[in-house]
Amino acid sequence: MGQQVIEILISASFWAAVLRIASPLIFATMGELICERAGVLNLGIEGIMVIGAFAGWMAVYLGLPLWGGVAVAFGAGALFGLLHGVLVVPFGLSQHVVGLGVTLLATATAYFAYRLALPQVTSPPKIVPFQVWEVPVLSDIPLLGPALFAQTPLTYAAFACAGLVAYVLYRTPLGLALRAAGENPAALEAQGVSVTGVRIGAVMVGSGLMAVGGSFLTLSAFSSFFFEMVNGRGWICIALVVFGAWRPGKAVLGALLFAGFDALQIRLQQTPMGAVVPYQLFLMLPYVFSILALVVMSRRAQVPAALMVPYTKGER
Amino acid sequence: MRLEPVANPTLLRQLGLPALALGATVLVAMALALLAGANPLAVLGQIVTGAVGSRFAVLETLNRATPLIFTGLAVAVAFRAKLWNIGAEAQLYAGAIIAVLLGTGALGAPFVLPVSAVVALLAGAMLLLVPVLLKVRLGVDEVVTTLLLNFIMALFVSYLLEGPLKDPMGMGWPKSAALIPEARLPRMVEGLRLHWGFGLALIAAGIVWVIHTRTTLGFEMRAVGANIRAARFAGMPVTAVLVKTALLSGGLAALAGWSEVAGAKGHLSLDLSPGFGYTGIIVAMLALLHPLGVVVTALFVAGVFVGADAMSRAAGVPTYIADMLLAVALLFMVLAIALTKVRVVRG
Repeated sequence: MGQQVIEILISASFWAAVLRIASPLIFATMGELICERAGVLNLGIEGIMVIGAFAGWMAVYLGLPLWGGVAVAFGAGALFGLLHGVLVVPFGLSQHVVGLGVTLLATATAYFAYRLALPQVTSPPKIVPFQVWEVPVLSDIPLLGPALFAQTPLTYAAFACAGLVAYVLYRTPLGLALRAAGENPAALEAQGVSVTGVRIGAVMVGSGLMAVGGSFLTLSAFSSFFFEMVNGRGWICIALVVFGAWRPGKAVLGALLFAGFDALQIRLQQTPMGAVVPYQLFLMLPYVFSILALVVMSRRAQVPAALMVPYTKGER
Repeated sequence: MRLEPVANPTLLRQLGLPALALGATVLVAMALALLAGANPLAVLGQIVTGAVGSRFAVLETLNRATPLIFTGLAVAVAFRAKLWNIGAEAQLYAGAIIAVLLGTGALGAPFVLPVSAVVALLAGAMLLLVPVLLKVRLGVDEVVTTLLLNFIMALFVSYLLEGPLKDPMGMGWPKSAALIPEARLPRMVEGLRLHWGFGLALIAAGIVWVIHTRTTLGFEMRAVGANIRAARFAGMPVTAVLVKTALLSGGLAALAGWSEVAGAKGHLSLDLSPGFGYTGIIVAMLALLHPLGVVVTALFVAGVFVGADAMSRAAGVPTYIADMLLAVALLFMVLAIALTKVRVVRG
């Protein structure tokens, strides 16, 4: 068995799959991270990924270019983010309850709209998804090239997005304001910046990124929209934010680790071991890994001080 | 614009705002019907007749409400203590598995029903105990762990139904063998298709209400939910209270699955629950976490689902309209309840 695992680990196709599987998780984890660093837990993530997957796919199906589909997904996600933000920031409603409500609403909206647009189909129509774009020169490097530099554009975008989020968060005044909203909102307000505005803005952008993560599934990984295709990825991203201790770099590492487990279990199913061990056990591995990761990391995590604490101006 | 607390909300404010939330939900329903190219009033009418328009419809609604009362109670109990149990779906399946394990011949009458009910309750309780211990001992957020356990449990059930619990007579379908007649819940009234699971759900609601209002544990649960630091400062055994809450909540959710298998279906399959665990969250929130209110909202939610199914067949509006409406109702309702205590003022 050890030999088989090693063979899998040194194949370029395995590492290519890791990057591919990690891409939607990176987008959505960055989205959740932005929300939480601003002090807002967004449990709408699962549903927002569903609406992103649907909206992006539908837009392309109706004739928009692929990047147009990504933009539509972002917009749809931001819209649901606005709903979440308005309910939990100025009104201070329970972030747990509203987030779950947003997940239910966004999921149901996607399914309702899908059935409305395509009442009679048994198998959903396909679109032409993003194709693999090999980076010139770099993709010719043996092993590393086909693993890292023969991906679809959205995968490169996911990593660029993580870099951008890290840069904005730590190197710009905007990022400082965002972190202050999650750590010490009163100090931010004293600077003359609206905490409400920063938080709602963060939730909208974050939700947009979650939806882009969802759209990766329909525009890059598969070419159709299926019910339950998000399948808990949103919840896993919440775990990844904790695992990454609310830092973009560590969160990306977590996403890669998770994707590694996922890619490994798919391949282990094909080995002789897969004939003995039930496939459900393999499918459980990534979820079990997420829980274990939470257990290991929760002790040391630096939770944003004002996470889930509603802010009221002028109140101590 | 800012929010100002309302010291003594009038009765009109306390009742009018939730009523407004329900009215707004009805308006959304009509808008969605219009969007689907149907007559809004006809759609509303068909949902109502589909839910309560005939004896068959009423029984269908009561049957659908049964697991929702259990999961709604499970969520209400946990959320009261601010224990975010989103894993009712997994606990439900734990109860369903027990119903099959003990109900397919392992035990005979007269023990099989009471014993399997108690074991199901314990199984659900144990399943929630793990995330709760992780929360109180290691500070692991229970929202994520309970959610992820739902997915692990679904895969486990799938394994059981394709492996050890597979019905040899099932023609290859992943479902369990049928329960023996002694392990089935009898009907409440001879000749009416309504099993005793409904009666037990009502009794459970009564028991939870008594615990909430008449016992020390109920008081402690509310205190922990209202302000965990104050509860600890007052010398309450916070950890023990959370563990007891978890046992109660997980057990109630497991009874939902147990009664679906022992009462409604008679076997376990992968489609046993169309998300009863998640819908329980809506049921509990609409009831403002009140145990007796859960019965009312479970009937309402079940009616919306049953009615929307019937309407969908007749009017062609996708049945997902029910899920949309319930999510909208939930969001409107939490907003309305918040607005009974504060008002929006300019400046």
